[in-house]
Amino acid sequence: MADDVLFDHALRLGDDALVMGQRLSEWCGHAPMLEVDLALANIALDLLGQATHFLNLAGEIEGKGRDADALAFHRDVLDFRNCLLVEQPNGDFAQTIARQFLFSNWQELLMREIAAAPEPRLAAIGAKAVKEIAYHAKFASEWVVRLGDGTAESRTRMIAGLEWMWRFVDELFDPMDGAPSRRGEWDARINRTLTEAGLELPKPRRGAMGGRAGHHSEHLGHLLTEMQFLQRAYPGATW
Amino acid sequence: MYTTELKDKDQKAAAVSLADEDPEKLAAFEARVAADDFIEPKDWMPEAYRKTLVRQISQHAHSEIVGMLPEGNWITRAPNLRRKAILLAKVQDEGGHGLYLYAAAETLGTSREEMIDALHSGKAKYSTIFNYPTLTWADIGAIGWLVDGAAIMNQVPLQRTSYGPYARAMVRICKEESFHQRQGYEIMSVLAAGTAEQKRMAQDALNRWWWPSLMMFGPPDDKSPNTAQSVRWRIKRETNDELRQRFVDVTVPQAEAIGLRVPDPALTWNDERGSYDFGAIDWEEFYAVVRGEGPVAKERTQARVKAWEDGAWVREAAVAHASKRALKMAAE
Ligand SMILES: [Fe+2]
Ligand SMILES: [Fe+2]
Ligand SMILES: [Fe+2]
Repeated sequence: MADDVLFDHALRLGDDALVMGQRLSEWCGHAPMLEVDLALANIALDLLGQATHFLNLAGEIEGKGRDADALAFHRDVLDFRNCLLVEQPNGDFAQTIARQFLFSNWQELLMREIAAAPEPRLAAIGAKAVKEIAYHAKFASEWVVRLGDGTAESRTRMIAGLEWMWRFVDELFDPMDGAPSRRGEWDARINRTLTEAGLELPKPRRGAMGGRAGHHSEHLGHLLTEMQFLQRAYPGATW
Repeated sequence: MYTTELKDKDQKAAAVSLADEDPEKLAAFEARVAADDFIEPKDWMPEAYRKTLVRQISQHAHSEIVGMLPEGNWITRAPNLRRKAILLAKVQDEGGHGLYLYAAAETLGTSREEMIDALHSGKAKYSTIFNYPTLTWADIGAIGWLVDGAAIMNQVPLQRTSYGPYARAMVRICKEESFHQRQGYEIMSVLAAGTAEQKRMAQDALNRWWWPSLMMFGPPDDKSPNTAQSVRWRIKRETNDELRQRFVDVTVPQAEAIGLRVPDPALTWNDERGSYDFGAIDWEEFYAVVRGEGPVAKERTQARVKAWEDGAWVREAAVAHASKRALKMAAE
């Protein structure tokens, strides 16, 4: 891979994990039960770790002295390369689970390929991450089943959560990642869990795209404002 | 930690009931405790002991859970990825402590739901310290250093407390609290060695958290009628004032080492006692905070109640799904 392609690739992987981790960390202390609070924090921690590795690698490839922190805290919206799905607001617990379910199942398939890819630095990060993500996908899928099957209210909310997130699915399979090949396996996984949950696949719709080119939803700017506050307010300070 | 013996309505009732216990059983129990034996859930114990323990352990559990809020306030704004991960892991640890402690209290016959209801209704107390706001990043350093530091002082002796499940929970918790204390102190050291703005943040945080941290050890011994009984039962192993003094003696040199000033003009080293003398604590403030009049007490309770109520449908769904699944399995 040419360096600029590799840089962009590592950036996409890092930004997905960073933004998803930041979103999940918003739940800390506020989840529906203590056990779920701990599980969401675990997932967020895994993702923050992945983000740190991928962004450090991106900085190394770029060779301009930027590390993960420089990339995370000193870029604006147009330079973020995450998919739109991960920046979507938490909403209620069902919306959070819908987002995690769609994302982690995709990220697991992607990371398996990366773990087996010829680029050794990416592969090393991917090999560790893939085990973590398998757990995330399992956690989210189990909750989709619980909520879909649980009560009338949880079912309604689960359907609404999936509805909210569904328009961001197509972007995950953008050919830029060489990713369309993953769609079949992903569809099969999603279908299997939804069937177990007694839920239907949301109707197809026109996908929202643009995250990989820096054209995000309105939500990302607010997320970055909060995340980057100290670095922006006290330039050059060490923490 | 948070075993500051904040009184609630059960307490008077508990004191009276000791006279109703079987004197032989009571004597045998007292002898075991005096011999530093661990009391286990199935063992006989006086009702007053059980009640005192449920109150103390559940207060401690609530404090861990409510304590997630002031620090959680800075997770999304942590200054870099490393600090963010450390803080998130720390707040997660506190949630884990809450979980072990609820489990320890449940062995005494009170359910987690009952304890949580008591917290939300305001009947159960939690540590006064968490009713103060976290205004700047330095507050995260100050909490780790001072609040977790005070927690360790309080909890280390409780690793040998008389009730087995509580003592064992404490062993696990203490290891993590000392990590937290070191991480907090490290945040403060970096700030204190940083820019003028960072130093100001660090000193301001110490100014605000110092006195509330001293209050964490609870009322002075002469105003703490339960201490004697609790020490005899090995529910507490040292008095509030002894622990507070030890905290001051350990912490003052740590502040000096990083160039921060403890906000107490009366603070002086007493050569004779081999300890620091320190100024008078504003107990009016402490009792007001105990009464629920702390600066952010309303926000803390509101946040806990909101999380619980917003999550009700999730917990109901989990129960409904589990029972549907059990029915299906039984039918197969
Ligand atoms: Fe504690
Ligand atoms: Fe704790
Ligand atoms: Fe702690």
